[in-house]
Amino acid sequence: MLSSHLPVLVIIIPLIAAPLCILFRGKDQAFAITLLATWGSFACACVIAAQVMSQGEISYELGGWPPPIGIELRIDALNALILLIVSGIGSVVAPYSRNSLLLEYVEDRSYMYYSSYLLCLCGLMGVSVTGDAFNLFVFLEISSLSSYVLIALGFDRRALTASYQYLIMGTIGATFIVISIGLLYQATGTLNMADIAERLPQHGYDRTVIAAFAFLVIGVGLKMALFPLHQWLPNAYTYAPSTVSAFLAATATKVSIYILLRFLFTVFGVQFSFDVLPTAVPLMILAILAMFIPTIVACFQKNVKKILAYSSVAQIGYMVLGISFVTVTGLTAGILHLFNHALMKGALFLVLGAVFYRIGSCNIDRMAGLARTMPWTMAAFVGGGLSLIGIPMTAGFISKWYLIQASIEKGWWYIAVLIVVSSLIAVIYIWRVIESAYFREPPEDLINVKEAPLSLLIPAWVLVLGNVYFGVETSLPLSMAELAAKTLMGGS
Amino acid sequence: MQDQVYIGLAIILPLIGTIMIWMSGNRPNQREVVTIITAGLTFLCVLQLLPPVLAGEQPELRVSELLPGLELAFKIEPLGMMFALIASFLWIITSFYAIGYMRGHHEPNQTRFYMCFAVAISSALAIAFSGNMFTLFIAYEVLTLSTYPLVTHSQTDEARRAGRVYLGILMSTSIGLLMIGIIWTWAAAGTLDFTQGGILKGKIDDGLVIVLLFLYMYGIGKAALMPIHRWLPAAMVAPTPVSALLHAVAVVKAGVFTVLKVIIYIFGIDFLTDTGASVWLMYVAAVTIILASLVALTKDNLKARLAYSTVSQLAYIVLAGALATSHSLIGGAMHIAMHAFGKITLFFCAGAIMVASHKTEISQMRGLGWRMPFTFAAFLIGALSVIGLPPLGGSWSKWYIALGAADADQLIFIAVLMISSLLNIAYLIPVFARGFFGPREEEEAQMAGGHDGDHDGDHHPAGQDNHGVASTVPRKRIAEAPLFCVVPLWITALGCVALFVYADRLYDMLSPIVN
Repeated sequence: MLSSHLPVLVIIIPLIAAPLCILFRGKDQAFAITLLATWGSFACACVIAAQVMSQGEISYELGGWPPPIGIELRIDALNALILLIVSGIGSVVAPYSRNSLLLEYVEDRSYMYYSSYLLCLCGLMGVSVTGDAFNLFVFLEISSLSSYVLIALGFDRRALTASYQYLIMGTIGATFIVISIGLLYQATGTLNMADIAERLPQHGYDRTVIAAFAFLVIGVGLKMALFPLHQWLPNAYTYAPSTVSAFLAATATKVSIYILLRFLFTVFGVQFSFDVLPTAVPLMILAILAMFIPTIVACFQKNVKKILAYSSVAQIGYMVLGISFVTVTGLTAGILHLFNHALMKGALFLVLGAVFYRIGSCNIDRMAGLARTMPWTMAAFVGGGLSLIGIPMTAGFISKWYLIQASIEKGWWYIAVLIVVSSLIAVIYIWRVIESAYFREPPEDLINVKEAPLSLLIPAWVLVLGNVYFGVETSLPLSMAELAAKTLMGGS
Repeated sequence: MQDQVYIGLAIILPLIGTIMIWMSGNRPNQREVVTIITAGLTFLCVLQLLPPVLAGEQPELRVSELLPGLELAFKIEPLGMMFALIASFLWIITSFYAIGYMRGHHEPNQTRFYMCFAVAISSALAIAFSGNMFTLFIAYEVLTLSTYPLVTHSQTDEARRAGRVYLGILMSTSIGLLMIGIIWTWAAAGTLDFTQGGILKGKIDDGLVIVLLFLYMYGIGKAALMPIHRWLPAAMVAPTPVSALLHAVAVVKAGVFTVLKVIIYIFGIDFLTDTGASVWLMYVAAVTIILASLVALTKDNLKARLAYSTVSQLAYIVLAGALATSHSLIGGAMHIAMHAFGKITLFFCAGAIMVASHKTEISQMRGLGWRMPFTFAAFLIGALSVIGLPPLGGSWSKWYIALGAADADQLIFIAVLMISSLLNIAYLIPVFARGFFGPREEEEAQMAGGHDGDHDGDHHPAGQDNHGVASTVPRKRIAEAPLFCVVPLWITALGCVALFVYADRLYDMLSPIVN
């Protein structure tokens, strides 16, 4: 009985919990509500994933109204995987928030943080379950608006400008998306994505549809920080509170990539997106540029959070590269990397949160010698960093392996070389941090720094161990990613 | 069934040891006892696997499937058995030596040292036992990472720079070339299992074999082919036990071992000789042999000289692989063992000298032999084995590689081997000679009256005089390194002799790899 309502529960739980936080106000109550809500929706997501993997696609009619009149929630393997990522990261970051906030935010208004956090989660989950294009836009805006708030909470004054920049860019992106959805509605007369997909071939691919396609790709490109539309991302992730950086880096861009996948492959269809329109080549070129330019920029940054932010832009390049192959293996690689990248970036940003908590900075020079005073924290950084580089036995290796395999399958060995070269450049920026922490003398005022508290270490280590676990036991993400890729390629 | 347990244990035991070493961190004695017990047990486990391998079996252990079709699997064949035996046996010896060295040298962070050491051995054993290229690659990368903290042990700027070179070369080659080669093989052949006769025949364009071979040979950075050999001399900033076991045995031998594995079980000897894809590799290896020996001549630092010597000796094995005849491959495989014992002896001696007299440069070692006769005598044995003179092990492997060159009608490489032997003499024997001849600079000056015999003793008296002088100058105070240093280096030196005498057993054990 209850299990049939799970698709809507994953959204409803955080949506109801968000105002509850404000009602109760107390720091501890708000924290408890957040914890329950995130863990609750994670549990729902797990059950949904199991259902999807055993029974196939789930369709849920909101309020009992059948589509296309009512809103349909539609979950296949791809949605289920995204749900797992978002709610999983959400529930690891939630307990972490409690302590890390002390320094970064005014304590007596922490309920505001929790409530925007839950709203953001709700929005992201909503995007991942809905089968309705306009509904998707609404949820995307819920998550975006609350993430502007979250970013602006940063300790640094620059967080405000970063958030404002993101607001402008994000709004342009959202506007493009809504224009695209409007055009599609005009062309097909429906907002249900499955319906649009069905009616588009009958309608024919006229200029309206092509315009809708262009608006959508650019709009989503802005939201997911596809190079060169990534300008908002480095500052936003750098100056946001660490918890927010971890949460957004691991989830927000992933959900945007999901939107791209869903529209390119399901709504517009593989044939239109890649055969009628030459989308694959530009996407690939942008992906390759993204793999190199931000990676190189990252090598010259002083602020470690900024290094990771630029690295995120590069990693999005890998995912888009996988998508641009338009093969099952390529898509599997892209989707797999989406999952794995959430794990590694989440872990690394949480580690930096612990660093910031103790030394009040994420500057690479201030982190000198930190391995002596905070061995566990820095060991976690090494773990996450190795996964980011793609060392065997970590999650990052698996996605690199698939990505290279996909490019060799296509016979594009030079792409394989590029993937490898760019991941070698990643060694440089990760190793700069490691060398600084392990080989340099700590600054004098930081000699007596204590190890980060367990409440920060445990969530960070959970994700680091997740990287190792999913580097060895790959069947869960791999089977879901493969199924999703097959559905996307075949189910057009 | 039982064999599987031993395979698992051999790899897991060092890891368990790592944890126990960590837990006994502030009790040095307990920590070192743990190390030695772990090393001993590991060796016993490996030894249990020897009888089935000698009987021609290939014990297997499949752990799990990481990716569809790609398993973490172990399968023991003679080559891997030999490598595992060497690595695990020498680990015991090195552990004793390390106690003497690390304490004698008052090194900091010894717990981390022993921990990383154990992880490195575990991954070396995993490489030795790996049943497919995928498993081998994983263990290979773990080995690189676990030795990084050992190379940068002193955490000085010099160590950091060396660490950069070390990691930079090993990582970029393994991820940049080897991984692509492996994935390519996987895409082409559909399997990565080590199979007698190779898996690539007919699966890949003949013209592309050269490219793939290039990816493998330069991807295996640990084999230190020129010009990617730089990491090995750089790694010498590590404490000497590391240089001895890892950078003369475990790590570098893991490299050439992988080279042989790839040539025998991935490409297949026949396929390689038919396509002639490995001819370039012979020349690269030959150039490496000669050039590295020449560079070794110019090095005054003893460990640096030994490092370049290692580069040169590793190229022997690559050459043997490239020749791809049955003699050369067995010779190459034997050379893994022969060189391991010879070079580890030399490194142990270098470390003992450093501990006892704090000397690292060869030019400072004048007359040191009188004070450390045991060390220097062992050095001579090791040196002769590396040069390849009977009655020491090294002579057999060179013999077979030369035979292989003759089989392959590549006589030029016999000449290369000869020249190289001469060069070996030129850079190794002077170290020994200097220990017993030449003015003992500082000490003579201090003693201000010294023995005349030493004053006129110039650099080049004939070898046999050596012993004469030794017996006539008994008055010198002997100041050897701690017993923990000297005994191990004698064990390995005697090992060189034993390998000469029992080489036939090694040959018999290895012969299945080329059938």
